[in-house]
Amino acid sequence: MIETIASLELPVGEHLAIRRNRLCYKEDTKSLGRVAVVSGTHGDELEGQYICYEVARRIAAHPEYLTGIVDIYPALNPLGVDLASKALPITGMDLNRMFPGSREGNAMEQIAAAVMEDLIGTDLCIDVHSSDIFVQEIPQVRLSGEFAGRMLPFAKLMNVDVIWMNATATVHEATLAHSLNTMGVPTMVVELGQGNSINMPYGNQVVDGIFNVMHEMGIWTGEVPPTQLPAISSDGKVEFIRSDVEGIFLPRNKHNHFVCVGELIGEIVDPMAGQVKRQVAAGKDGLLFTLRNYPVVYEGDLLARILTGIV
Amino acid sequence: MHIHEIYTVHSTYREDMKIRGYTFGQGEKSACIVGPLRGNEIQQMYVCSQLIRALKELEANSCICTGKQIQVIPVVNSYSINVGRRFYGVDNVDLNRAFPGNSYGEQDRRIVHALMEDIGSYVYGIQFASFYMDGEFMPHVRMMETGYQNTSLANLFGLPYVVVHKPAPIDTGTLNYNWQAANTAAFSLFTRTNWEIDERSASQGVAAVLRFLKRMGIIRYDSHSGYISHVLYEQDLSDVHTGRAGIFRGLARPGDDVRYGRPLAEIIDPQEGVVRETIIAPTDGIVFFAHTKALINQGDIVYRLVHRLHE
Ligand SMILES: [Zn+2]
Repeated sequence: MIETIASLELPVGEHLAIRRNRLCYKEDTKSLGRVAVVSGTHGDELEGQYICYEVARRIAAHPEYLTGIVDIYPALNPLGVDLASKALPITGMDLNRMFPGSREGNAMEQIAAAVMEDLIGTDLCIDVHSSDIFVQEIPQVRLSGEFAGRMLPFAKLMNVDVIWMNATATVHEATLAHSLNTMGVPTMVVELGQGNSINMPYGNQVVDGIFNVMHEMGIWTGEVPPTQLPAISSDGKVEFIRSDVEGIFLPRNKHNHFVCVGELIGEIVDPMAGQVKRQVAAGKDGLLFTLRNYPVVYEGDLLARILTGIV
Repeated sequence: MHIHEIYTVHSTYREDMKIRGYTFGQGEKSACIVGPLRGNEIQQMYVCSQLIRALKELEANSCICTGKQIQVIPVVNSYSINVGRRFYGVDNVDLNRAFPGNSYGEQDRRIVHALMEDIGSYVYGIQFASFYMDGEFMPHVRMMETGYQNTSLANLFGLPYVVVHKPAPIDTGTLNYNWQAANTAAFSLFTRTNWEIDERSASQGVAAVLRFLKRMGIIRYDSHSGYISHVLYEQDLSDVHTGRAGIFRGLARPGDDVRYGRPLAEIIDPQEGVVRETIIAPTDGIVFFAHTKALINQGDIVYRLVHRLHE
């Protein structure tokens, strides 16, 4: 059943509406387990569009296997998805820095609060993000801060390639995931692919993981395809490669591929002069799990990440 | 006046973005004034440019006290100003959420790190800043409630209001917060506008800084004594929200005295021209903040009022 959980009037004949599809085939819903799949907080991250579709499609194909509730929120930032804008189009603010929101705040803070209220009571929330529009990522769960330990058993079931513990970015307390975890709703962030696109094999991999978790939680009784165990990594095992010069980046290696020390990853070139400004090589052996796709670079831009110490 | 370069950004197709510090006098790093970190802070840049003009003259007349040094950085984020965007770079980063930064990460982190290296040891730090909501303010000094805030120092600017607010998690990335962490007494100054120049409040801003520098024994200057500031806590402001969206017709401006039950604004139906909603003052008070754009969404804050103090 599709419901509008928050709506606000826009100036001319339109509402900004956040919708949720509740999939449930039981009469009495009170004691049922509940999983939420949330996406589209950042409007340029569209991998979650396929994941939401595929979860809903597989459930609709076999409603008899669903013994709990699955809530699907494909677009928390519907205007952003419409405009391929990471931020909220009206204010330019990052919705994922506004949680838990406030009933007394401005319009978007009220919407953030409504989303939180709707998710309270969920047994597991999966917040699907793509990578940004700049780099490609393999399917991964990122765990950080005080909730990492509690979420690890769930994360291991997600059929991702990597669980990245304590991801370098400081724990942003105003994210949906952090706010929900603080309020007792176990939430994990899944990240995959690249902004403004859909990688269906990666999407299917994560969807298999979602059904695997639901199976373990007793919400899904259907058969689950075989899943893999992820590599678990901490920050110390991730080698960041950043640009030290401005120019145009050309990848010269394959994403999601093992590289050896000294192997060429890409080049930074000067289109005007037809010259290579830098050759960027791997500093360590490992899995090239992040690779830049977006060409224009400044000093400091992320070009690649290598996961080392994998057995 | 001495000019030095704090940081330079190189770009493939744009000229370098140079962040420059203008210093006056020699000796103890007494006061540092920082202009736009965001591309919409045009008024803030204007105020800083006028300050440089005034300090140049004071220096020529030997009115900078011996052993004191003042620095003004009239603009940080000129790249965004020149293209009419609020945030920095292709990934739209808010530089005033990127502090304290580092020397090895993304470019925005390197910019604010270089800035902190340069300005982190001043005794007093003054930032001409902007609020996340677009609109007009009563000129004021904004301080964070860190336990170390000193409102009596803030009073010395002689602006009508000093506002103390509780830092939210997101505020830890601001210049103000990190200045305080570096033991600088930090103040954020707000004049009326951002995108547009408001001459009157701009000269109020310039006068406030010169008055403060004089009272701290940093310059010799004949100044008007200014206002006796009214100190208020942000949570004590009354927020007035819209119930409908449409065209905004404001009937009150910052500084106006409003009475309980009187109309503050009208929301006009954008297609039929009739009044959809009349917004009524919920209390007697003074308008501290007013929405100014032509359009408004449902639920947004249109006014923030200071309760009138009854003698
Ligand atoms: Zn995201």
